[in-house]
Amino acid sequence: MAKKMKFSIYRYNPDTDTKPYYQDYEVELGEHDKKLLNALVKLKEELDDSVSFRRSCREGVCGSDAMNINGRNGLACLTDLDSLKEPVVLNPIPGLPVIRDLIVDMTQFFHQYHSIKPYVIDEQPMPENERLQSPEDRKELDGVIECILCACCSTSCPSFWWNPDKFLGPAALLHAYRFLADSRDQATNERLNDLNDPYRLFRCHTIMNCVDVCPKHLNPTKAIGKIKEMMVSRMV
Amino acid sequence: MSLPILKFDAVVVGGGGAGLRAALQLSEAGVKTVVLSKVFPTRSHTAAAQGGISASFGNSEEDNWHWHMYDTVKGADWLGDQDSIEFMCKQATEAVAELEHYGMPFDRLENGKIYQRPFGGHMAEFGKKPVRRACAVADRTGHAMLHALYQRNVKAQTHFFVEWMALDLIRDKDGDVVGVTALEMETGQVYIIHAKAVLFATGGSGRIYQASTNAFINTGDGVGMALRAGLPVEDIEFWQFHPTGLYGAGVLITEGVRGEGGYLLNANGERFMERYAPTAKDLASRDVVSRAMQVEINEGRGCGAGKDHVLLKLDHLGAEVIDQRLPGIREISIQFLGIDPVKQPIPVVPTCHYMMGGIPTNYRGEVIDGVDEKIVKGFYAAGECACASVHGANRLGTNSLLDLVVFGKSAGNSVIEYVKTMDEPKELPENAAEFTLARLAKLEAATSGEKLADVRRDMQVCMQQHASVFRTQKVLDEGVANILDVYKRAQNLYIDDKSKVFNTARVEALEFLNTIEVAVATMVAARERTESRGAHAREDYPDRNDEKWMKHTLYYSNGNRLEYKEVHTKPLSVDYIPPAKRVY
Ligand SMILES: Cc1cc2nc3c(=O)[nH]c(=O)nc-3n(C[C@H](O)[C@H](O)[C@H](O)COP(=O)(O)OP(=O)(O)OC[C@H]3O[C@@H](n4cnc5c(N)ncnc54)[C@H](O)[C@@H]3O)c2cc1C
Ligand code: SF4
Ligand code: SF4
Ligand code: FES
Repeated sequence: MAKKMKFSIYRYNPDTDTKPYYQDYEVELGEHDKKLLNALVKLKEELDDSVSFRRSCREGVCGSDAMNINGRNGLACLTDLDSLKEPVVLNPIPGLPVIRDLIVDMTQFFHQYHSIKPYVIDEQPMPENERLQSPEDRKELDGVIECILCACCSTSCPSFWWNPDKFLGPAALLHAYRFLADSRDQATNERLNDLNDPYRLFRCHTIMNCVDVCPKHLNPTKAIGKIKEMMVSRMV
Repeated sequence: MSLPILKFDAVVVGGGGAGLRAALQLSEAGVKTVVLSKVFPTRSHTAAAQGGISASFGNSEEDNWHWHMYDTVKGADWLGDQDSIEFMCKQATEAVAELEHYGMPFDRLENGKIYQRPFGGHMAEFGKKPVRRACAVADRTGHAMLHALYQRNVKAQTHFFVEWMALDLIRDKDGDVVGVTALEMETGQVYIIHAKAVLFATGGSGRIYQASTNAFINTGDGVGMALRAGLPVEDIEFWQFHPTGLYGAGVLITEGVRGEGGYLLNANGERFMERYAPTAKDLASRDVVSRAMQVEINEGRGCGAGKDHVLLKLDHLGAEVIDQRLPGIREISIQFLGIDPVKQPIPVVPTCHYMMGGIPTNYRGEVIDGVDEKIVKGFYAAGECACASVHGANRLGTNSLLDLVVFGKSAGNSVIEYVKTMDEPKELPENAAEFTLARLAKLEAATSGEKLADVRRDMQVCMQQHASVFRTQKVLDEGVANILDVYKRAQNLYIDDKSKVFNTARVEALEFLNTIEVAVATMVAARERTESRGAHAREDYPDRNDEKWMKHTLYYSNGNRLEYKEVHTKPLSVDYIPPAKRVY
């Protein structure tokens, strides 16, 4: 039986709107419409093609469709419609400039990611085949490399809202740890020096919003804690 | 109307695995390059690849590239070009080692080497017994690879135009490619990108089907642009149906599940693949397994109320192996079906997965036109949008990620050589953007007609019904009539949203106008091929016919014309592998 669901969606188009507003929709769901993204796609196809959001993989691996769903950041493609209270209120992820509707400008977010030198630094000549790494060393990277750069975490972090230009935010810090933790990386000291800054790292006040919302069940706070440990043990 | 013009030495269209590998080659060589991508690069669909990337390291048991080459030729059902296949298989270990050097976090064996798992059609000693050749990062290999390649490009300071969509190729009076037109989504502004060389790495087009493992953005733009520019697409009738798409959702369940020891069951609880492929069983080639599943379903041995799927059993592997090697699969299955594979089997159906055909290239990544394979100057292609013809009629699992890096690099090297031969890009033709602007103007002007969602759905239903796992003349004849009708309707497309800023309705409409080109090409090419080879299975012509059909299809959109060209039978250094019966 067809089921209907109510949505209230943040709308803003700089071409035509002087300020944002909410628009209500009622979407009729088909039998395979299990996730919020299914409903949004249907809404766009059948009711209003101007509703704008990003999406691609529809399976939680590309990180495109982060949005604020009933007050909480998440991926539309992994959010069960069944779990949502109506009307489902959709906002852009907070703290970043809105381009249009649910589409935000992610420049600042990626800038912070780029700033931690997100690549393995190892200037030695490479062997013909792979470098060796023990399974134990490799295991250190589990729980970090799965990040899809969706920004659910950073845009739910109060410290990032206040200082998006100076505080790296949980996602970039998770990646900072990813390279510190990689036994192949040779730049531990430089990386720690770069992070040793009242803002870049130390604006994290362990509020844990980031852990709460990560759709990949990663734990940026733990990574941040490990970076702090590395700093301390370097001093002694 | 004149458009702003941006000038580069090289423009790479696509920021997936192939585009990023090519871009890296160019950036590191100091070629002034820009990479255009519809999405932030790590959002490309390479991120969804799960199972692995092939290379005959032999980390777990003896292996070598000759065996890999044999498997690829056989997997391709002898439609692959053996020079390209040799090139790819021989380069594989170097290419994958490079990925490791870029920081890709491969799983490891106790001795520190890259972990390798068995996969469909990967055999030792020229087809004798399964071999572990798929290098893996759990079941998230593509994600790890794409991020490592992006990260290396950050290091190389590659220049990106993110959320830009290429619209059309620009060719001059000699037919040489001198740039593209492109839409900057955020502003709605259209530009001419003028360049010495254009490299397409736009990925697949699985969205021509209703059920697909592909992302929304896999809309065949590169093929659409090439066809509109008068260039052909090769072997487009060959589409891979992956045996294990998640029932009802289309999301992929990797062959790595069977590599790790999972197997398929019909409604009687029978491990039916033993009947169809006594040696390789569940690890036979994908086309073989998909057909077997379809036969089981057609003959009433499907599972569930509708008897319309089979089951993939893996609970016997135990929670520990599943969590270590297949954590993503467990997550997907719980997320989309509420089924935990540690306890219950996963319902699966053959699902459209991969486009074997594409823009014809040689193994250097140069685009070639026509039966005599004339090089189209200034134009290069790599990855799923291209057809170097390594996959022929059926791709082996893990050979695509390999294709991306081997041919991405090779095409990058060809571009480097080519741009060195000139100081400036060849001159733009007059009215270089006229064609694009006319297409856009038509879409802007239309306020009624065919609604995007309707025509797109009709295309997908038509492909699903008329160009599926099994095909017949009657079904294909009807399919051609239907799809041409959809094509006609697509010329009357309209969208309501006419605004400039980040107009995703317009982007979807422009994407669809590419997708429909691919759909028509597929149906027309499939109708003519009266044999069964690889993924193209004709019930009315059940056998491979080498005498008549061991040749590549070339489809041109002008008049829906078909030509045929020879399969390359001269490998680069080894002996030709002659056709044989394909048994697994
Ligand atoms: C679910 C799934 C699992 C898979 N698993 C495996 C596996 O384990 N092993 C394996 O070998 N293969 C696997 N494959 C196949 C393989 O992943 C793909 O063939 C491959 O990733 C395609 O890479 P690509 O670089 O060609 O294209 P994509 O990664 O699809 O990238 C295409 C790029 O082009 C850009 N683009 C497209 N059109 C335009 C345009 N008009 N303008 C600007 N930019 C544009 C996009 O933004 C994107 O950046 C899998 C495929 C799927 C769907
Ligand atoms: S734990 Fe730190 S990073 Fe995470 S939300 Fe809180 S302040 Fe932000
Ligand atoms: S840590 Fe989690 S929430 Fe944050 S960007 Fe990565 S995947 Fe998204
Ligand atoms: S659409 Fe890719 S993460 Fe949701």
